[in-house]
Amino acid sequence: MISELFSVTVLIGILASGIRLATPYLYASIGETFGQRSGVLNLGVEGQMLLGAFAAFFVALTTGNLWFGVLAAMIVGALMGLLMAFVTVNLHAQQGISGIGFYLFGLGMSDLLFQKLMGTVETVKGFPPLKIPFLSNIPGVGEIFFNQNILVYGAYLLVPAAWFVLNKTTLGLKIRSVGENPDAADSLGVSVARVRYFTIILGGVLSGIAGASLSIALLNVFQQNMTSGLGFIAVALVYFGGWRPWGVLGGALLFSMVNSLQLWIQVLGIPIPSDIAVMMPYVLTILVLVATVSRVRAPTALTRPFERED
Amino acid sequence: MGAQDGAMTDSNKLPSGQTRIDSIEMRGITKRFPGVLASDHVDFDVKSGEVHALLGENGAGKSTLMKILYGMYHPDEGQIFLNGKPVSIASPTDAINHGIGMIHQHFMLVPTLTVAENVALGLPSSRGPLTDLDRVSKRIVELAGIYGLKIDPDAYVWQLSVGQQQRVEIIKALYRGAALLILDEPTAVLTPQEVDEFFVIMHQMVKDGYALIFISHKLHEVVEISNRVTVLRNGKKIGTRPTSETTKQDLANWMVGREVDFAPDRGNIQRGEVRLKLEQVSCGSDRGTPGLREVSLEIHSGEILGIAGVSGNGQRELAETIAGLRKTTGGHIYLEEKDVTNFAPGDLTERMLSYIPEERMRDGMIKDFTVAENMILREHHKMPFSASGFLKLKNISTHSEKLIAQFHVKTPSQETLAKNLSGGNIQKIVLAREISRNPRAIIAAQPTRGLDIGATEYVREQLLDQRKRGAAVMLISEDLDEILALSDRVAVIYEGKIMDILSRQNATRERLGLLMAGVQSGEKTPA
Repeated sequence: MISELFSVTVLIGILASGIRLATPYLYASIGETFGQRSGVLNLGVEGQMLLGAFAAFFVALTTGNLWFGVLAAMIVGALMGLLMAFVTVNLHAQQGISGIGFYLFGLGMSDLLFQKLMGTVETVKGFPPLKIPFLSNIPGVGEIFFNQNILVYGAYLLVPAAWFVLNKTTLGLKIRSVGENPDAADSLGVSVARVRYFTIILGGVLSGIAGASLSIALLNVFQQNMTSGLGFIAVALVYFGGWRPWGVLGGALLFSMVNSLQLWIQVLGIPIPSDIAVMMPYVLTILVLVATVSRVRAPTALTRPFERED
Repeated sequence: MGAQDGAMTDSNKLPSGQTRIDSIEMRGITKRFPGVLASDHVDFDVKSGEVHALLGENGAGKSTLMKILYGMYHPDEGQIFLNGKPVSIASPTDAINHGIGMIHQHFMLVPTLTVAENVALGLPSSRGPLTDLDRVSKRIVELAGIYGLKIDPDAYVWQLSVGQQQRVEIIKALYRGAALLILDEPTAVLTPQEVDEFFVIMHQMVKDGYALIFISHKLHEVVEISNRVTVLRNGKKIGTRPTSETTKQDLANWMVGREVDFAPDRGNIQRGEVRLKLEQVSCGSDRGTPGLREVSLEIHSGEILGIAGVSGNGQRELAETIAGLRKTTGGHIYLEEKDVTNFAPGDLTERMLSYIPEERMRDGMIKDFTVAENMILREHHKMPFSASGFLKLKNISTHSEKLIAQFHVKTPSQETLAKNLSGGNIQKIVLAREISRNPRAIIAAQPTRGLDIGATEYVREQLLDQRKRGAAVMLISEDLDEILALSDRVAVIYEGKIMDILSRQNATRERLGLLMAGVQSGEKTPA
């Protein structure tokens, strides 16, 4: 039975779904990377994803337009981000605790809206695979990389884009300095509050898209608590990736590949208890996090509210 | 020199291309904080081509005045004039736009960014949203060249020494077009060699027409570098004078408001038996490299042994090893002939060893405890402070009242949290706790670092009193003046080794300086 895993078709299948499954992690983790590089830990990613997933699904279902769904998810994420920014930047809330609050809010709110507005589980026809001309015809590689839906491509394009913004623009310089030494940034006329508002709202928008990628591109349903911890994994991946977009990509791929492998193990009926299989990616995350701890230093001002001394 | 001379004659441009500031004048500046008049109708001015020193004890109002000039505070009363015209400076950005730069005592740098990134931060880029670090780097090299500041624009700030970081701060200010620099205690973090280099730069800048404000409480530096000096005390201006018409003694008296005794009377004390003895003691450091290498020394009753050395040569390890906070890797420590090697701090407390740690805020006390609680930290578990596990609050209170009075601790009450007191008063609490138990031996690590003149004077007197009482005192200090003023003998530590131990008579500045640099002197002096 195990040998079935090693047939070419199955391997291609595992890799292709691994690439696809990394999508929500990438959106959410890259968003979280921006937040953390500016010194804000947002543990509410999961809640933002749930609300984004619901908004996208509901709007897509009612309007019949998937892009309206994505837009709705972005708006909902932005509003959640705005609220989070107000609480952390203006009210100096303890970030870990307020993040958990936002998670619980998103969890409850998305379920409430689901019950009130829909009641039953429905499905939509999500984003279809978009074959890239020529490239998708390459045997194997084409199937794995170039026969995915548009949100998947978007997630991977986000990685170099995030790297570029963080490292090659004045905005990125501001973000990095605010996360390391907000006092220094402030003394040079950089508005710490404005930078953090920007990164937190951007994080919310990307978390919203992460949710949408689940509900209208990968799974094409909405269910209560459908993210089931995925948003927290996304936060862990930021640490794993050393606060760098390429590192985050590596972490997301490792995690989703293992996840894909365990899914295929179940599909093929290989006799490993499914609970054990489902645990694999999580156990791996813990092991890898422990192994890589303190490899890279966290932004110095992470979780530290900024207040001018007077 | 030719280029700079040319710049002088070229109307009012500075070598950086910036227009000179002829004068800045602050008139009648008043700033109130709740319960404190931090600045009381203070006048202050500085002109192009001079260093004006601003001198005062901690809390005298120097920083408040300068933060007002730099737009960080807004004065309740008073006016600032730039080249004779009134200006309003509402924020640091305004100050920068007027050509005022400030080098903060705690550097405002982002360690994980490069020099060029730190300089470019917050400024518009010539490429719009994209950074233009290559152009910034070019300009940095240009500016650095004017004052011979060697700096690599691509180096990360965390890789730089403290002295180099300070140059980055200066370049940052020059890059932003500063013509006036406020230097807030710039020498506090520098080694003596770095101070000399820094003064060379300051001299050159003044010659070129910059206006410099030099904040300090180190008198010899003020006398050496400034053209004029203004002294503040308790928020009031005491006076302004040309530096050439004052002496260190005058300035000290002005600052403190009474006669200051620079060379306290040591008295003639007959030293007694050996109290503390180290025999070939070695230990590791936090970096895993050897911290101490076979250190041997003795301290007698009624003697102060000074430990001189450049920062980071094993002083911390020496103090911590004796205090039981660091394990030895070899050798023996004897306290009154008893082998106490690797004893726990509690056991050393029982044997009447006292320790005044270098990092008083971290190792010397608990910031969020009250004054009274901090006073009894070392002996809180014993009579009369506790019995059968219960604290004797009344005894604790009486005890701390007594110490507060005896050691002149300025605190609203014994219930005040330690963190709300000034550095000098915090050190007095540590001293009170460590000294009042009449210890047999005392390790005092950098006991006056960061303290103002009054508190420094007090701490030194207390250490001399302990010597008179018969305690054995080890004084670890990076301040050679302090070592020379207090010590009976001086040991020089270099890379974890004791280079030599000199008697007071033989411990000249020159000899100590050579030993501190690791140069072995020709002949040994019997201790």
